Amino acid sequence: MKEFLMVALGALIFVVIFQIAKASEYVSVLKGEEKTRKQNNRINAFLLMGLLVFGLIGVWYCNELFYGKTLFPQGSASVEGESLDQMFMITTTVTGVVFVLTQILLFWFSYKYQETDDRKAFYYPHNNKLELLWTTVPAIFLTVLVVFGLKYWFKITADAPKDAIVVEVTGHQFAWEFRYPGADKMLGKKDYKLTTSKNNLGVDFNDPASKDDIHVNTTMHIPVGVPVKMVINSQDVIHDVGLPHFRLKMDAVPGIPTTQWFTPKFTTEEMKKKTNNPNFVYEIACDQLCGANHFAMRGVIVVETMEEYKKWLAEQKSEYDALFEKKAPAPTPDSNATKQTAQVLPVQK
Amino acid sequence: MSVATLQHADVHGAHDAHHEHHHHETFITKYVFSQDHKMIARQFLITGIIWAIIGGLFSVVFRLQLGYPESTFPWLEDILGHWAAGGKLKPEFYYALVTMHGTILVFFVLTAGLSGTFANFLIPLQIGARDMASPFLNMLSYWFFFLASIIMFCSLFVQTGPASGGWTIYPPLSALGDASSGAKIGMDLWLVSMAMFIVSSLLGGLNYITTILNMRTKGMSMTRLPLTIWALFFTAVLGVLSFPVLLSGAILLLFDRNLGTSFYLSDIVIAGKILPNEGGSAILFQHLFWFLGHPEVYIILLPAMGMSSEIISVNSRKPIFGYMAMVGSLFAIAILAFLVWAHHMFVTGLNPFLGSVFVLLTLLIAVPSAIKVFNWLTTLWKGSIRFTPGMLFAIGFVSLFISGGLTGIFLGNSALDLHLHDTYFVVAHFHIVMGVASFFGMFAGVYHWFPKMFGRYLNNTMAYIHFWVTIVGAYLIFWPMHYEGLAGMPRRYYDYSNWESFKMFGGLNEFISFVAMIVFAVQLLFVFNFFYSIFKGRKVTTLNPWGSNTLEWTTPIKPGHGNWVGEIPEVHRGAYDYGKDGKEFIPQNTPVGENESHH
Repeated sequence: MKEFLMVALGALIFVVIFQIAKASEYVSVLKGEEKTRKQNNRINAFLLMGLLVFGLIGVWYCNELFYGKTLFPQGSASVEGESLDQMFMITTTVTGVVFVLTQILLFWFSYKYQETDDRKAFYYPHNNKLELLWTTVPAIFLTVLVVFGLKYWFKITADAPKDAIVVEVTGHQFAWEFRYPGADKMLGKKDYKLTTSKNNLGVDFNDPASKDDIHVNTTMHIPVGVPVKMVINSQDVIHDVGLPHFRLKMDAVPGIPTTQWFTPKFTTEEMKKKTNNPNFVYEIACDQLCGANHFAMRGVIVVETMEEYKKWLAEQKSEYDALFEKKAPAPTPDSNATKQTAQVLPVQK
Repeated sequence: MSVATLQHADVHGAHDAHHEHHHHETFITKYVFSQDHKMIARQFLITGIIWAIIGGLFSVVFRLQLGYPESTFPWLEDILGHWAAGGKLKPEFYYALVTMHGTILVFFVLTAGLSGTFANFLIPLQIGARDMASPFLNMLSYWFFFLASIIMFCSLFVQTGPASGGWTIYPPLSALGDASSGAKIGMDLWLVSMAMFIVSSLLGGLNYITTILNMRTKGMSMTRLPLTIWALFFTAVLGVLSFPVLLSGAILLLFDRNLGTSFYLSDIVIAGKILPNEGGSAILFQHLFWFLGHPEVYIILLPAMGMSSEIISVNSRKPIFGYMAMVGSLFAIAILAFLVWAHHMFVTGLNPFLGSVFVLLTLLIAVPSAIKVFNWLTTLWKGSIRFTPGMLFAIGFVSLFISGGLTGIFLGNSALDLHLHDTYFVVAHFHIVMGVASFFGMFAGVYHWFPKMFGRYLNNTMAYIHFWVTIVGAYLIFWPMHYEGLAGMPRRYYDYSNWESFKMFGGLNEFISFVAMIVFAVQLLFVFNFFYSIFKGRKVTTLNPWGSNTLEWTTPIKPGHGNWVGEIPEVHRGAYDYGKDGKEFIPQNTPVGENESHH
């Protein structure tokens, strides 16, 4: 009902506008078209000035309303992201000055040089010096921005520090899974053809390195202050590990592993205090359209102190143990595992 | 394309006079299978307008979901059936609407509707030609577009729904029927439709290039061309060189979908099935797609730039400032457009060194863009400005181009893109700079050339209301989106209310949806004005209502097929002699006076 009323109201406004528009055409014929044109010119010039003034006020007001809701006031939650925030501020300053200046000139010129009875347009077809000026000045500013940007880009895309904790992140429709290498600091090999409903990452349990690997869903834990390297995979379509608080993003592409690394600066608990939000949580947002439930492909990162992290890690059972322990209490690693995998495979379809 | 196209203007004139005596046009040859470039332009424009209404309506429907995620709309179920069971859009259909909104507006409206209309209409009229180099291919170009339109329209009604993988159709999502229901038959129809569309675009583009190079009237040297023609020329070159790459990408995708090839597929487990495909690269498609996709942005933007340049100069009563710099910057943008595609792929795991090259080339585009902006500003400076509706939209175009262009400096810098990629910051950026700005250029063109197209004026009052609501509305919709992006809010989400990091923007989303509905309603006012004025608008009574220098205003008020009665005028000067030697304007066909000053 409400919708119908709104449509009816819209139609009514439409009719009124149309009648006014028709009438104004007749009035302009009566008054003289030239006179109406000049009057319209003045009104529109005035409105353009109004758009400038209210537009700039609006830009300021919008910033007041929403800047606090962006991630910049709370600062980057990763050490590396600080440079990004700094670069963002530099870019905003440069482009902000250009924005205000050019918009003022655009609307002020429009207003000031509106047609009047005694104005004659100034014939001014070109001036090479001026054009050279506004070719070189932007070029210089852009060079500065490129240099700043690339410096950070090469740092963050370089190899992660050697002492980084490695976590394997796998995306599939529509969830995240994580694998930790365990005590041997080596992740077991995978082959997507080994995937079964139980061994859903396709881990090759013949690989001794896989025996102590830990596999968790949705929530990953990492310690504060230590570099973390994510090795990112996808099982089906392209996903993206979006970490807005850490200022990072990397696609998960089937068949082509990618990596990203960062050093968390604050634990989740610290962030709760810092943001004054008891529900604060580091979220992993899928940033690449991946199907119907793309919007619900949510992961969580818990950043904690090293002690807490170690405690959590110690509590986790290895995936191998979780899958095979009960069925074969004392598995002789090699042959047994192969059999198990082979048995499980054909059942799945 | 043949020797015939090189004939002198007077030969054409004699031929056409002869032609008109013996040939009577039927309804079919005049309005349907017309080979008159002006009629084909109108066909493109009206088809484009119909698509714009559909595409715009889709955005209103999906904005309902974004703005009011908690509400239900029973009437949606009446219209959409099971796609909106219980009055709430299904996520799958939401994504289909988003996908079709992008596809329709990028390709069918702002490529075919914009270039198709104005390249067809203006090129022969402004360069002084009777018609296109090949009127027959030109007609085919429209009908391939029509075919593409029909196929795409049909895809909206298939049982599994239209394509829903985003207008960028990245595989594997678009390659595997198991990945989403929109990746079933809807996706095949999408690809076939685009193939037809690309054929249309190529036929048109080849024609535009050939016509501009070969069929200029006597005296119309390349450096005397109006900037609209230069812009349309570079647009056509971009299209001809880049669309075939998308075609090949789309064909390979069709193979992957239907013939079991593995161009884009490798190591995939989906819906419990282990796929046999190995060795393909999902990233390869992105390279092929964006090799068109980025020039496509300029295919959309350049005509708007060209028309705005022309309209700003005419209505400031001043020459466009720095004509050669304007042509040069168009050229620079066209070249660079081919060298920046991977800036859409900074977060795909691209080689960092390659990324850095693309950063440099991308930010380089800001230089010719800056030249254009400052030249437009200087054109306004000390002018005598008349605010026709066309002029207002051209000024609006410059304002939006500045606003949206500057945010490109953030996104083109790969380091910042790590945070902003695929967030609402991107949505705000490209909607302002390519979507709304190009629409403003298109509106400017429609308002400016409507009298030439239909021999009548659009209603001014409705035009002014249209402009003011649209520019204020466009900023209200897209400006605050930057802040959502700075908070990392991802684009293409159906619902944000379960996200601790993004749910605080619910109120803003509702506000944006509300404004979007108003702005959409005002576009309907424009559509009404458009169709009403074709039949009932105030009649044009003078040959040259805007006091313009270009050749289209030397034709009769309603030019027939062949454009000029008698000989095609000879050109003696550039298109921008406004205010020269104390004269308000000097049309291009006016011979150079003895005492005329040289600049």
